[in-house]
Amino acid sequence: MNLTDHLPVLIIALPLLTAFLMPLLRNVDQRVKGVLAVIVAVVTLLMVISLAGDVYTSSEHRVDYTFGERNADNTTALQNSTVLVDNGDFPIRILFQIDAFSAFMAIISATVLLVGTLYSLAAVRNEDDARKGHYYTLMMLMAVGMFGMEFTGDLFNLFVFMELTSVSTCAMVAFHRERSESLEAAFKYLVISTVGGLMMLLGVALFYVQYDALNMRYIAELMANRGVGDLERTALVLFMTCFAMKAGAVPMHMWTLDAYMEAPNSLMPMMVSVSQASLYALFRIVFTLYGGAYNVNVGAIDHEVIGQALIILGVLSMFIGVTMALVQTDIKRLMAYHAVSQTGYMFLGVGVGLAVMGTAEFQEYGARAMAGGIFHIINHAFYKGLLFLTAGAVYYKLRTRDLDRMGGLAHSMPFTTIFFIIGAAAIAGLPPFNGYASKVLIYETVYQYNPLLTVIAMVVSVLTLASFVKVFYSAFLGPRNPRVDDEVPQPMLLGMTILAVLVLLLGLAPGLFVSTVVDPTVVALAGEEAFEGDLALEETLATGTGFWNPLLMLAGLALMAIIVLVLRWIGEPDVRATGRQGEPFVSGNPNEEVMRVSGVYWGFTEALHGYYEKLRLVHSGDLRDYLFWYISVTALLMLYLLEVAT
Amino acid sequence: MNLVFVTALLLISIGFAGVVLNRNLMKIIISIGVIEAGVNLFLVSSAYREGGALPIFTDAGAGTATLSMALPTAQALTLTSIVIGVSITALLLSFAIVLHKHYGTLDTAEIRRLRE
Repeated sequence: MNLTDHLPVLIIALPLLTAFLMPLLRNVDQRVKGVLAVIVAVVTLLMVISLAGDVYTSSEHRVDYTFGERNADNTTALQNSTVLVDNGDFPIRILFQIDAFSAFMAIISATVLLVGTLYSLAAVRNEDDARKGHYYTLMMLMAVGMFGMEFTGDLFNLFVFMELTSVSTCAMVAFHRERSESLEAAFKYLVISTVGGLMMLLGVALFYVQYDALNMRYIAELMANRGVGDLERTALVLFMTCFAMKAGAVPMHMWTLDAYMEAPNSLMPMMVSVSQASLYALFRIVFTLYGGAYNVNVGAIDHEVIGQALIILGVLSMFIGVTMALVQTDIKRLMAYHAVSQTGYMFLGVGVGLAVMGTAEFQEYGARAMAGGIFHIINHAFYKGLLFLTAGAVYYKLRTRDLDRMGGLAHSMPFTTIFFIIGAAAIAGLPPFNGYASKVLIYETVYQYNPLLTVIAMVVSVLTLASFVKVFYSAFLGPRNPRVDDEVPQPMLLGMTILAVLVLLLGLAPGLFVSTVVDPTVVALAGEEAFEGDLALEETLATGTGFWNPLLMLAGLALMAIIVLVLRWIGEPDVRATGRQGEPFVSGNPNEEVMRVSGVYWGFTEALHGYYEKLRLVHSGDLRDYLFWYISVTALLMLYLLEVAT
Repeated sequence: MNLVFVTALLLISIGFAGVVLNRNLMKIIISIGVIEAGVNLFLVSSAYREGGALPIFTDAGAGTATLSMALPTAQALTLTSIVIGVSITALLLSFAIVLHKHYGTLDTAEIRRLRE
């Protein structure tokens, strides 16, 4: 038996066994458990990378793993038929089908698991009492759930892993159970995700009663042959709304804010990744499961409608997320709104790809738009994880999340400050960071679908920058904070360093990354014909209408820096000593001693007073409203798909 | 047979109404249980076969012409889903207990410190 053939199941089994080992180590020092978790995370990451290598180099770009098969590793037997190699003996078997998109997502999950365990080494030591034992159990279970969702080829299995993820995540959100808000967030999250999960199960049942099968690719084949009826349409809506809700799409995003705000800080990269596992499932459903349903003879679903639904969800998420973020004073809630807003970019990019799938436009810009959306997933996981960890570092030192009560941290926490700047520049889409690379792909492709989309995406980017300028200014700038005199412990710094380095690397070599890693994921979703022309060059990121090369840009920046230095050199050295350069610029208003952060964008929020009043009403915090929005979106989409777009 | 599907749909609708219209956390948890019952009923009814035997191969008259048994797969799925449902209900109830300690109420309109 060759162990590497069993990688798919080992990646699930190792964290699962570790999860149940942790409670047995009750009397062991917390630090030992932490180190054990780090080791498990490293091994898992290595296994995932090895598996991803297998996937990318295999002839089919897919690794199939059949549970209960004597030769589970025997992929050649599976190559010709999509599934059901064992016709006759057992009607149903669980298959893990790992294609490029699964491997891509698994790499993200394994990386954030490693970062999370490293960061926890220091951050969790400060937490109290015996519950610490459960911390790593839940963390490992979250990882198991994510990997399972990403690997499985089976619909019911997807449901089981999704529920595993949401139960462990909810328990983790309630980790600080002495805080009433934590429990509130966990309860709301669990209620809405349970209702969503049950709707997804109903969708699975709808498929099962018709096809006697649960494997996604097999059902897709059957559906392509038999045609699509109302039941498939209903199931599609149930799947879409469930996963869009769990990915945090507006207007079903309210639980995201609560859960992100209250989850332990060390866990935030995992939280982001858990949402993205749901996003993965959404894309998997609309592309792989329903891929055959868009051009069948009987009752074909209009892929443009589904694509447009994703685009609408995306635009709503982007805009409402970022405008609400502008007025937040809680650093984690602000970042949570940005997580919602950034998820919108992924919906937008992939939605445009789906809307034009199968047409000439898809070759022209659709595939690029999808690549942009998928590239944004990994970028978002890294920079948003980094930002949440810097917020965690600030909380570690100050024990507050209120922006009004921070300030002056740059003096004593230089590394955290630098990491924050990297993350903020990346999320705001400043070149040459990775956020810009994926956003430029989205900007330059979606305008060909509708120019308005690009305008909105850019405005959202500007507002993102504005709100992170606010955070930077209020948390890090200003006179030295007397309450903080040193940097956070090294394991926390190490966790942040990994993410910061990844952000920089992805920003500096986007072309290479997109052409080798992201493009195969687009092919895995949209089929072999996704890329006709050779659009992506190795160093340069080509979009069809333009290109982006970070090295060229850096050369330009260096040139400008030289010009600035020359100008400075020929200027007068003592110009700062006189004049009013040292005073703050408040456009003629009296200079106040203390300026509250919440008031920084007072002019903007006051001008949009009516808009914000409405949004305040929507974000009521009432659990029934969360459910109301979820059910409304489901009902609306179902009505549209069943009655209008038939 | 259709009666089962109608019942399942009815249960799901009642559960939805209960989830959205009730203010009490306990009633919301019960409503989720009702939705769950509906979905499980739908799932397990898909395996039902009139006059079918238990899904034990040797008991169902293997080799004879009258081989007729209920499909075990859907029952296994339902069992899994019930187990998941139990664990979620347990977690929800324990959250509700501690929430009541913190807030002194089970009214959703009052348990909303997290908003905007």
